[in-house]
Amino acid sequence: MRVILALTVLILGSTGGEIAVTHGMKATGEPARLRPLALLQFLGRAVRNGWFWAGVPLMALSFYALLILLSWEPISLVIPASALSYVVGTLGAKYILGEQVSPARWVGVVLVCAGVALVAAG
Amino acid sequence: MASERRLRIKTLVMVLAMVVCANAGDLMLKRGMSQIGAVQLTASGLAQAFRLTVTNGTIWVGIFFLTGFMLSYMTVLSWADYSYVMPAGAFGYALLTLLAVVFLHESVSPRRWVGVVLICVGVLLVGQTKPRTTAVASEAAA
Repeated sequence: MRVILALTVLILGSTGGEIAVTHGMKATGEPARLRPLALLQFLGRAVRNGWFWAGVPLMALSFYALLILLSWEPISLVIPASALSYVVGTLGAKYILGEQVSPARWVGVVLVCAGVALVAAG
Repeated sequence: MASERRLRIKTLVMVLAMVVCANAGDLMLKRGMSQIGAVQLTASGLAQAFRLTVTNGTIWVGIFFLTGFMLSYMTVLSWADYSYVMPAGAFGYALLTLLAVVFLHESVSPRRWVGVVLICVGVLLVGQTKPRTTAVASEAAA
């Protein structure tokens, strides 16, 4: 039970955090050019976006959940289980960020999720 | 059409930067932590581990690469879909297995090879879709 709880925090924390950062980055807008000065200005604008700072603690929370899980369960169980975040993240991208997830993208995401689980399981 | 092509190329470049930085960073952290040795979970053990990690050069190289990962991730998310970049980044797991076989001559289980193939097919499928399906704030507005 506590493993499932920690896993839920791990997955929702990382996907929630990344969705918040994505939202912040979309609001920031893309850098004018990929040159050092333009990138620095772009990052300066990004860190002044509130959504960015909403995402960071969620990702930190997810990282702590990962550390705690690793102290209970073997890594070959924890990482494959956390591969579910590919599917959860895609659901979030569709319903929260409003991205269009085509059937081809869904199939790709499910294959990646299964593949990561198999690779991490060893 | 030209801008669509440009979008694809710069997304590809940033995803590659993400994957290389994440893998290099993890490798350096792992190497640095093995130089430090197992951490004792006591107040003095943790304090000593903290002292050793902040004075370890390899750890700082790892932190440098992981910072590079975060910055390239943020940059690519400013124009590309989260549901495009996130699965594409999983290519790193496949790459790591290939590197382990080629350079470290590690033996890889059939199950892991199946996983590598699934990741590669999945990333190719996602890679074919449009990198951006939502509106992005224009540079002029910022």
